[in-house]
Order: sequence, then structure tokens, then C-alpha cells
Amino acid sequence: MSNTILEARHINKYFHDPVTVKVLDDINFSISKEEFVSVIGKSGCGKSTLLYILSTMDTDYEGGLLIDGINMKSKKEKELAHIRNSKIGFIFQFHYLLNEFSVLRNVMLPGLKLAEYTEKEIEHRAMEKLRMLDIEQLAVKSASKLSGGEKQRVAIARALINDPEIIMGDEPTGNLDKKNREIVFNIFKQLSAEFHQTLLIVTHDDELTRISNRSIEMEDGKIIRQ
Amino acid sequence: MNNRLIFSLSKSLLMARLRQTMIAAFGVTFSITMFITLLSFMGGLNNMLDGLIVNRTPHVRIYNEIKPGEIQPVNLSPEYKRNYNMIRSIKSESSRQDIYNSAAVIKALQEDEMVLGLSPKINAQVFFNDGVVDITGVLNGIDAAAEMKLFHFNDYVTSGKAIDINNLANSIILGKPLAEKLQANIGDIIQVITIKGDRFPLRLVGLYESGLRDLDKTLGFTNIKTTQKILGKANNYITDIQVKLNDIKMAPLFAKNYSMKFNTDAEDIQTANSQFETGSFVRTVISYTVGITLLIVAGFGIYNILNMMIYEKMDTIAILKATGFAGRDVKTVFIVIALSIGIAGGLLGLILGFGLSSLIDQIPFHTAALPTIKTYPVQYNIKFYVIGIVFSIITTYLAGLFPARKASKIDPVIIIRGK
Repeated sequence: MSNTILEARHINKYFHDPVTVKVLDDINFSISKEEFVSVIGKSGCGKSTLLYILSTMDTDYEGGLLIDGINMKSKKEKELAHIRNSKIGFIFQFHYLLNEFSVLRNVMLPGLKLAEYTEKEIEHRAMEKLRMLDIEQLAVKSASKLSGGEKQRVAIARALINDPEIIMGDEPTGNLDKKNREIVFNIFKQLSAEFHQTLLIVTHDDELTRISNRSIEMEDGKIIRQ
Repeated sequence: MNNRLIFSLSKSLLMARLRQTMIAAFGVTFSITMFITLLSFMGGLNNMLDGLIVNRTPHVRIYNEIKPGEIQPVNLSPEYKRNYNMIRSIKSESSRQDIYNSAAVIKALQEDEMVLGLSPKINAQVFFNDGVVDITGVLNGIDAAAEMKLFHFNDYVTSGKAIDINNLANSIILGKPLAEKLQANIGDIIQVITIKGDRFPLRLVGLYESGLRDLDKTLGFTNIKTTQKILGKANNYITDIQVKLNDIKMAPLFAKNYSMKFNTDAEDIQTANSQFETGSFVRTVISYTVGITLLIVAGFGIYNILNMMIYEKMDTIAILKATGFAGRDVKTVFIVIALSIGIAGGLLGLILGFGLSSLIDQIPFHTAALPTIKTYPVQYNIKFYVIGIVFSIITTYLAGLFPARKASKIDPVIIIRGK
């Protein structure tokens, strides 16, 4: 199974405040390379919680998580940060960009952190990503001056900057109007079809489920269909 | 760690809150300015007050103290050698006040490499008389040229010329209040009466003001030869030899050596004036305490502003962490912010502190007690500036450390979920 990029093994998760509640119950699944997986379910079913665990940001869980064949459980905070930086691209519902920086700088930041390329090369790559998403004219603008849809596209460009193994999205279209949703859908479609990008998107959106290769449905902390 | 990236992040966060960070930096600037000014002013004051004593005090004074002989005849007698001898009511011997073999001592001192200079002196009890007034006083026979060179004698002669007592025969310089008491003006003749009752007329050529008025009420200066003549002594009669050393710290050792070598008494400046060191020390401690307190207050200002910034920038921190920045990177960013506030504010503080102390240095300050001081005394010492900048860096670092640690521990999941 060298083709597997991400694997969840018996993941359990509890919330302890105010009373202990089991929010994730024995989650088992795997995602292969180049797959486009969507996770659906009603609000509060634990799908976002699962995504935070899979993204290595949340480390308070039971069970095993393997990214690219490496177990995340024993890793230190710094190593996890490096994995997020190099292997995972993240797209949020609300939290898009750093308002203190220009669009180009926002896209470049994870690349600068990884420092695999020189600053010049990273800038060039960032421009390429922006061009690919058809927003290179925004590059010099301040991030705070963009519309919501533009911001989300910049966020996608940022997620792509380090050529991640997998892109994770938490309701990436949840806060957008119809037109912008269309644009984001098309980007995901294009990423999956043309660039063979592995995608894991948590969503409410039926249309997104339709364009994905595979859909995982959750209810009350369990996977009921995959 | 990618330093340039950290600096650019810090810079952007700083710029986003430019006004607050500038206020924080000004807090540091203000405290460093005051710290430098306070220490420079206090240092100047210390130097001035020490100068009152140290400039006029020899590092080592060689003299003959009137005291009971240490070895009494009974101790020399072989018959009582094994006994425990108790002698009551010992009296001082009627010894001479002048230094034994003063010429040899002076010669030895002149050849000593540790000696910067020396000035022989005669101390004599006399009465000053002008008409019906008789005032007890001390007549100092000095070498005006040596005194001027070593002890700034001319600084304290406020009317007339100090060197005149060397050049004019039978001339005298009196303490100003003493001259006032005697109703004597420069050019007048003063009668000096020795303890033995001999009367001697001297011409007043100058007035002396040391800053210690009580002392000036009793003082008169003539040259050594005149004093010897008044006292009726030979020309090798010297009661004190005042020595200035190249290194003041060597004074106690030097005094001990000469006291043993020439069988005479020698007193070093540290023993004679220990209270002045204490005074200077206490003043220095007070000014450092006030300065450091100011810095700590500024540190709290920085702490507050960074804390506020972290609350405002929660989202930014969460996104940074989600996109692969480790807690340590975030911590470094905030420490760099704190340090840049500290360094920028501190450097500006050094410049303003220098400016303010130079300004104080220009303010006129006249006092009858200190004829040589024209403006407020200020000491320019590189040490104050080094301490100032080092402390500003340390306090801002500590002020930044706690907020930065808090920022590094922010859980991105909580922030991202929270919306």
C-alpha cells in the first residue's frame, strides 16, 4: 500500500469540558495518492474535529495517524509543524490570510518557512500559483483589501506553495456566495484532474461531494459510509 | 531557523501596531534618558564633593604624632623581661613635632617611582592680631608652587595671587572669613603672634576660600621659610610631608612602608577620609536604584503592549501555526518585537540622556562654598551608557518573554474552531 498517503487507525477523541463526551469513535480509513475525498455529515458529527486531528494540529486523541507512512503520534510539536509545512496545505472556512502582508507575501510565507528554495524562486513559484488560479493581478495588493472569494483563492494558492502531498479543507466554500463557490469548485476539479492533487475536503456542500472521487459520511462521531 | 523570515514577520507585526509600539519604545527612551541623566548628574556631584576633600588632601601624609612611646623603659630592662609589666598613667613624651631627618625622607620620596609629587608643610598654632582682636588660628607654611601643582591651591585663592607668598617676603594668605573678622584688606599688615609670644608682621596678599567656612576662619598660609622664621626654627624644620601618588589605591601600603622605614607616622587618605567613600557609595546606589526602577516600569509597559498585540493577533498566530510555523518561531517573533522596542528606545534614550546631561552641564550654578564650580557638575562616563543599554535590553527581553511564551502556546485549533 505504498500508494496510501494518509491513514487513520482506530482514532478516538473525547471532549472533557464540561463532561466527557466521545466525539470520535473508532475512525478507520485511508486516502490514496491523487484521490479527491470529501467528508460530509451534519453539524456536530465530528468531521471538523477529525480534520484537525488529521492535519496534526490537534494531538489530543487516541489511536494512530500515518501520513506518508510515518506515525504522527510520537512526533514533537516542532516536527509536526514541519510536516504541516511541507506535506499539508490547509484551507479554512474563515481564516484566510494575514492582513499585515501583501497577497504575494501571504502565498510565499509557508515557502519561506520551509526554505527549500531561495526567496527569488519562492516568489516566482508563488506568482505561478497565482497565475494558475487566475489572480496574479492581485499579487501586490494588501491582503486586507480583497473580497472573500479572492481571499479564499489566495488561500488555495498558499496551500499549494510547498507542493503538498495533501490539501485539507475545512468547509472551504461554506462562507462564499454562489459565484465564488463555482470558482472554488472549478479550482478543486482542476487540481484533482489536471495536477493529480490529493484532496481531503470537509463540507456541507452536496455539489462538492458530487465532484469528489469518494465521499466519507459521518454521524455522531462514527463513519457510517465510505 | 530562518532569521530573515522571523525579522520580516516581526517587522510587519510591529508596523501594524506602530503607534502602540512607538509609545512602548518612548517609555524605554524616557527611562533610559532619565537613567543616564541621573547617573551623570549624580556622578558629577560625587566627583565634586569628593574633589572638595580628595583634591586638597594628600594621598599620604607623613608626620610625627604626639603620643606615648610604645616601648617604655621598664620593658627594656632585662631584669623585668619575664614579668608582666603594668604601667598606669603614661604621658606623651615631650617629643618634637617636626619630622626626623626630613631632608632624607624628602630625598627618598623624590626618588620613589610611585610618587607623583610631594609638598612639605609646617603646621603651627598662632594668634592672628589686628588692633585689639586676637584670634587663634593655624599657620601653614607651604611651598605655594608645589601646593598649586598637587592640590589646586590657586583654585581656592579667590583674591590675590597664590604664588605671591613664595615671591614676596613676609606675605600671608588668609581665609576669607578670618580676614573679614580681622577687618583686613589685601595689602594690609597682619600681626601674627606665636604661642611663645613673639610678634611678627606679615602683609596680606590673598584670600583663601575652601568651601568649608569654619575651616577658613582659622587658616593662614605663608611660605615655609617665613614660618620657620616666625617659629624661630632651623631651615630643616618640617612638620608634614604631603605626598601624592600615581595610584591612589597604593596609599595604605605606601604609608605603611614609609612609616616603618623612617620611624615616623604616615596616614593614608583611605583611613583619613573613609566617610567620603561611604557617602559616594550611598549616592551611587540611590541613583542606580531609581534608574533601574524606571526601566522596570517601562518593562511593564512593553509587557502590556505585547500582551494586547497577542490578543489582537490570535488569528495571525493561528494561521502561522497551521501553515507550519512551530511554537518556537512564534515565540522568537515576539521576542524580536520586544527587543527591537528595547534597542530602538534604548539607543534613543542614550542620545537624549547625553543631550539632557550636556544641557544640565550648561546651567549656571554659583555657590560661595565652591568657588571653582560655575555650572552644575556632570560626569560623562561610558560605563553609564553601557549599563543603560544592557539593562534596557534585559528588561525588554524579560517583558517580552512571557507574552511570547503565551503566544507560542496558542492552540490554533481553538482559534480556528472558535469562529
